[in-house]
Amino acid sequence: MQLTARAGAAMLRPDCIGGSMTRIALLACAAAFAVAGCSTTGGDGVASASAKDWSAPVGEDGRVPFASTYAPYPGRPTALTGATIYDGRGGMIENGTVLFREGKVVAVGDASLATDGYDRIDGTGKFVTPGVIDIHSHLGDYPTPSVQAHSDGNEATSPMTPEVWAEHSVWPQDPGFTRALANGGVTSLQILPGSANLTGGRSVTLKNVSARTVQGMKFPGAPYGMKMACGENPKRVYGGKGRMPSTRMGNFAVNRQMWLDAQAYDGKKRDLGKETLKGVLDGEILVHNHCYRADEMALVMDMAKEMGYKVTAFHHAVEAYKIGDLLRENDVCSAIWADWYGFKMEAYDGILENAAFLQREGACVVIHSDDENGIQRLNQEAAKAQAAGRRVGLDIPDAEVVGWFTYNAAKAMGIAEMTGSLEAGKMADVVLWNGDPLSVYSRPEKVWVDGALMFDAMDRRRRPVSDFELGQPGEGDVK
Amino acid sequence: MMRLATLLATAACALAAPAAAQTFAVTNATVATGDGSEPIEGGYVVVENGAIAQVGRGTPSGNYSVIDAGGAWVTPGIFATVTNLGLWDVGAVSESNDSRAGNSPFSAALDVAPVVNPASQHILVHRAAGITRAATVTMPSASIFGGQGALIDLGADPQAISRPRAFQVVTLGERGGRIAGGSRAATHALLRNALREAGSYGDGARIPAGGARADLRTGDDLPIDPRLAGRETERAGDALLTRFDAAALVPVVRGEQPLYVYVERASDIRAALALTQEFPRLELVLVGASEGWLVADEIAAAGVPVIADGLDDLPANFEELAATQSNIGRMVKAGVKVAINAAAMENPRNLNQYAGNLVALTRIPGADGLSWGEAFAAITSVPASISGMGGKAGVLAPGATGDLVIWDGDPLEVGAMPVKVYIDGIEQPLDSHQSRLRDRYRDLDTSDLPKGYDW
Repeated sequence: MQLTARAGAAMLRPDCIGGSMTRIALLACAAAFAVAGCSTTGGDGVASASAKDWSAPVGEDGRVPFASTYAPYPGRPTALTGATIYDGRGGMIENGTVLFREGKVVAVGDASLATDGYDRIDGTGKFVTPGVIDIHSHLGDYPTPSVQAHSDGNEATSPMTPEVWAEHSVWPQDPGFTRALANGGVTSLQILPGSANLTGGRSVTLKNVSARTVQGMKFPGAPYGMKMACGENPKRVYGGKGRMPSTRMGNFAVNRQMWLDAQAYDGKKRDLGKETLKGVLDGEILVHNHCYRADEMALVMDMAKEMGYKVTAFHHAVEAYKIGDLLRENDVCSAIWADWYGFKMEAYDGILENAAFLQREGACVVIHSDDENGIQRLNQEAAKAQAAGRRVGLDIPDAEVVGWFTYNAAKAMGIAEMTGSLEAGKMADVVLWNGDPLSVYSRPEKVWVDGALMFDAMDRRRRPVSDFELGQPGEGDVK
Repeated sequence: MMRLATLLATAACALAAPAAAQTFAVTNATVATGDGSEPIEGGYVVVENGAIAQVGRGTPSGNYSVIDAGGAWVTPGIFATVTNLGLWDVGAVSESNDSRAGNSPFSAALDVAPVVNPASQHILVHRAAGITRAATVTMPSASIFGGQGALIDLGADPQAISRPRAFQVVTLGERGGRIAGGSRAATHALLRNALREAGSYGDGARIPAGGARADLRTGDDLPIDPRLAGRETERAGDALLTRFDAAALVPVVRGEQPLYVYVERASDIRAALALTQEFPRLELVLVGASEGWLVADEIAAAGVPVIADGLDDLPANFEELAATQSNIGRMVKAGVKVAINAAAMENPRNLNQYAGNLVALTRIPGADGLSWGEAFAAITSVPASISGMGGKAGVLAPGATGDLVIWDGDPLEVGAMPVKVYIDGIEQPLDSHQSRLRDRYRDLDTSDLPKGYDW
């Protein structure tokens, strides 16, 4: 760790506003169900939507641009037996069995499930969860090495840049993807623009597979998200340049005018920014809103009602615990850390009990990372938040806590119909842990993406090594 | 006897003003002494007049007020190094943040001793997380020298500093190169010049004879001009350092004050170790050392301890290409004394989580981790020892300070928190801004009065 970035990080959390050293993120909420299945970016790339599908504008070739070229890698029909299974939706089966073949989960059940025709893997003493999902990552758009030439997460030249797409900044060779897979069991993740801008641009959801192109990682059928940010970052970045916004009220004024202008867009002439905003207004694109303070989140939810869109998730919502009731009523998720606090004024009221207090209110909790290191330990962060709840008498079952970094994240990213839980017919995104995933002493032993074994701790060749690391000291190390 | 359940209940109403040092015994505990050994089941610890008096298995001899831990874990307090605890309130609120002095004309002379605020919320929060002592220091900013760090305790009393000017810090590598003028070569020139200027500052600071560079010789290379390796500088006409900075470096060249060297790349580590050929009295400590495992044998042979980043495993920059979570395990295996660097995480209160992760590595083929005892030592006795408090802090042994933590679970497990914290034998309050917010928002009921009246 570098002195500047980290010793300082003890107090100055990167925030996604400056260069590569200042990343913090913030997104917000995904809502989810309303939009699941609306995307047309997957499959063969041929546009199937009408001209009104703002989310996936059709190009001159009659296709949606930058379509996913990802297809599952070959896998063996596999039966995981004897393990404790957390299905991601609150279910737990001891001595359970998970069957998957041809990329899909076939069945999840107890030891009585027949495993004929499957390769059996004995999971006795081990645990199985859905693949881990990070709703807030900057892998690829703030990749390592964190040099200025790689600082591609903030188009900090205008407070509103709905026209930029994060996928155009993602470097597939970021070594961070491999660490997230091997140490964190991450199988899907949302890459967001940073938080310098009030409206930062489109996010992209990826499968965590090694690929030569970003199209080779794009999650087929995942809806787009749009990053927004409130609070300190935009007003600091633009106020510092002598531009609007320089205040929180300026933040809102700029945002509201942007929505009014978007509502008036008739689509006769293509406009990249307006297409994205229209996609939000039509519910096809999910708003992920970086927002720390409770009072500001309440204002944003009212602004969304005024303008006719929905906030899916507030990200970095360190004060969400103050308004868990409001967040539940508005069906907005809170994507949060377990314990980061104090690095900026709007993070001063962070407390360990944030997740537990939200759960108490019946609000949606997602544990996120916003960090290339934290993404390797989302399970541990969730366990910390769970323990804080236990100390104040809120006992949240392990099976529900696992949902904080699997199903709830998928729901808020609009992909819960496809992944995020172990249910028949869903993508076989699966982690076999060598122990309780809520323990510091456990690690992923095997990770499957769409039924293909993409990481195996017991086989040193079954781990991806990025182009960047070839021929460098430590190539292929366990890391 | 007070059972743990009672402890838990009373912890919530800790006294605002701690009492004097107590004499008591904790029994029926899982005792981890911090010295690298594995935990003792059914153990006891006796504290007398603020210091550890006895540690063992079974029942202590003597008549003491007894706390029955009910099997709970009892450990020394965690020792956090390197930190900036007590130097800031909000990171991005610059006027509240004293952790770096980028516009100061001084560098090595910076001294945190008069600056540390014992009432800082971060001290309160970290005390409640079981950290009882720390090394705290300003970070290099205007100069490659960061200034003089202090050892502090996190007790709820006005006296935080237990040892002022305990060490000096300097940054080499990429960061040092940028500060010094744009190249690592500038760093080395600046560092050597600074140490020689300090070495000319009074007879006691003189660099001993034999302190010459041992450079590679190829037969036809130019020798080093004696003035680049000499024992004198002409201070009046050739001084880069301010008088204060030169004076502050005198104990460094004398070897009386350790020099903490921030360095990551293997070749930079070698260059740092080589400094002792030229300046034989330097007491080096490496901080960071992400590529330390590549040169672990050389570090071990030099007898230089390391405060290493715990879980860095990414090529965050070109000086950390070989970073791996196995770094610490491999260095320890080679015989290096290694503590986990608190500066490499968001909050030092995650030291125990980092240590626990190193234990997890022992189950991964090809990885190198630490045993439970080794990992716990890396956040207790080892950093204490590197800080010059060996046998006094970070360990439960007769004569050590009465820093004691009773935990609600395995202290290396995620989410483990103290039930009681003692510093110098005094039970500590565990409240903070965070605990007060927690208490206020245990519910969202505002039917009678707004939340502003709930306190």
